[in-house]
Amino acid sequence: MARKLLLKNDHIAGINTLDVYQQHQGYEALKKALTMKSEDIVSEVQKSGLRGRGGAGFPTGMKWSFIAKPEGVPRYLVCNADESEPGTFKDRYLMEYHPHILIEGMIISCFALGANTGYIFIRGEYMFVLRKLEIALEEARKAGLLGKNILGSGFDCDIFVSPGAGAYICGEETALLEALEGKRGNPRMKPPFPAVKGLYQCPTVVNNVETLAAVVPILEMGGEEYAKIGIGKSTGTKLMSASGNINKPGVYEVEMGLTMQEFIYSDEYLGGIKNGKQLKACIPGGSSMPILPAYLVTKTINHEDRLLTYESINDGGFASGSMLGSGGFMIFDEDQCIVRNTWNLSRFYHHESCGQCSPCREGTGWLEKILYRIENGQAQMDDIDTLFKVQKGIDGNTICPLGEAAAWPVAAALRHFRDEFVWHVENPDLAQKQNYGLAKYAEMRPKPEPQPTN
Amino acid sequence: MEKIKVNSSPPFSFNEENLLEAKRILAMYPEDRSKSALLRLLHIAQKQNNGFCSVGVMDYIADFLKIKPIEVYEVATFYTMYHLKPLGKHVFEFCQTATCATVGVEKIIDYTCNKLGIGIGETTHDGLFSIKTVECLGACGYAPMMQLGEDYVEHLTESKIDELIQNLRNQENG
Ligand SMILES: Cc1cc2nc3c(=O)[nH]c(=O)nc-3n(C[C@H](O)[C@H](O)[C@H](O)COP(=O)(O)O)c2cc1C
Ligand code: SF4
Ligand code: FES
Repeated sequence: MARKLLLKNDHIAGINTLDVYQQHQGYEALKKALTMKSEDIVSEVQKSGLRGRGGAGFPTGMKWSFIAKPEGVPRYLVCNADESEPGTFKDRYLMEYHPHILIEGMIISCFALGANTGYIFIRGEYMFVLRKLEIALEEARKAGLLGKNILGSGFDCDIFVSPGAGAYICGEETALLEALEGKRGNPRMKPPFPAVKGLYQCPTVVNNVETLAAVVPILEMGGEEYAKIGIGKSTGTKLMSASGNINKPGVYEVEMGLTMQEFIYSDEYLGGIKNGKQLKACIPGGSSMPILPAYLVTKTINHEDRLLTYESINDGGFASGSMLGSGGFMIFDEDQCIVRNTWNLSRFYHHESCGQCSPCREGTGWLEKILYRIENGQAQMDDIDTLFKVQKGIDGNTICPLGEAAAWPVAAALRHFRDEFVWHVENPDLAQKQNYGLAKYAEMRPKPEPQPTN
Repeated sequence: MEKIKVNSSPPFSFNEENLLEAKRILAMYPEDRSKSALLRLLHIAQKQNNGFCSVGVMDYIADFLKIKPIEVYEVATFYTMYHLKPLGKHVFEFCQTATCATVGVEKIIDYTCNKLGIGIGETTHDGLFSIKTVECLGACGYAPMMQLGEDYVEHLTESKIDELIQNLRNQENG
């Protein structure tokens, strides 16, 4: 059995309540932390090798070390619970069923950062989760785990939940801060970074739900022990949200380094492709990440096992790899149409563009329109080239990474599934009636020749 | 972006319960940052106003937070959860993104539209039901799904839709 850290108490009834959580070592890590120096906590997190679980994978300890500490200015910790990246639903699971591990992780993190206030910014649609969090926070307050002089340590800390109201862009950390200030979710120009000027222009750390929860096991076991789990720079465990044409969709905690083969096909995890169909494609890290054709999912281009680590999923760069991102793992079987799926995602990004920069605002609209034409048999061959040019025009030319998030899925679909796009254009009538199918997307290809190094 | 009609809109004010709730929420933010409460207060006011974020609602919240009405309008028009037009009593908000599309939400939407005799974005004559499409709601593992009020209804099937509509109608009559 694989080791679990965040969901280790998943089977215990009532673990969402403070009493049961405390019966299972809950808040012991906090007690330990309160006896430590804040720098030492930061250093444990650095040693653990923990990387942000929100999508970008930035080392958490390093992020914490950047926080500015001007005299007399409050600092804030903000938990990013916006969770709107299509394919991702692990944070909701953690908050609904294990609210106290997040709260404990946040108190420890506040203490380490010298922040007396933490906010959980949660997407507005999760109002039912917000209510559960507020119940858990109130339990913690009553037990003296939040508020003034926590457990007699002299440290004051409180945490509040603040909802969004339906906007994917508010997951981007600076848009989130705007929303938390009661404004439209328009991303800010960086620099200044939130670590210097964040919420209310004060130094702020923004971390994902899972990242902050992972601070608890790191404190319990020590950073070095945590770093022993996983491979290389991918340490610890990761929550994966698995969905699509699989037998057992859901949230799984995996040790970094698990093979894709085992994750997708073993009964302990996803239990294989549904209805005995074949795998056609996989988006391993949320909808913004490049899609991979079947032959590149369980193996890399060099025929090595593909593993669930930041590095292995990115093996081959974007030419033949993808990114672990948020862990939103989406599986498509042989009956799925890649053009239709790409159109669906472009429609999403167009809808969610905040409209501040023209390459994103206009470009996402064009992507959606062209893909709609291809999908609906109204396109010409040069539309495929236009599609490529439009996504290229967005990539790297925008204020925030939503631009890339919109461009990458299109680029990857064209890179790996160009045949399918061409087929749609050449057979507009047929494409209305049937799918392109699996074609050769599951067939292994010869290893590329090693490149001469000079 | 939707346009707001700034015509005569009935005035709005929080009921007692929501007034208390609003005060609890204001206390979460620094005193000079009460605007931070805007998104949540708008949710509460919209709910009290039967799911409709009217100009009366927005003006009241502006007054409540001592900010300009435009500061509320610009927020209400940015976020998709604020409904600037009245909707039915029960709004079926189907997720139309990624996995929900992969596992066939479109068929379920068509089925529901047919059954209720309305299209996406429309409301039944009796004012009971509206149908909307929304983006990924963070329930992809339980797709196809929709939001109904504050609840999620997951693993949707046609018979589940039948049952749901029947139950809601019975509630109304019983
Ligand atoms: C368009 C966009 C949407 C994002 N959505 C989320 C989100 O829903 N949740 C999240 O934790 N991070 C999201 N991020 C990443 C955040 O900007 C930020 O990097 C993250 O919260 C940092 O936390 P971490 O270091 O713990 O991962 C998003 C980024 C972009 C550009
Ligand atoms: S890239 Fe798109 S979402 Fe990001 S700031 Fe520009 S317009 Fe807004
Ligand atoms: S795709 Fe429908 S809930 Fe995520």
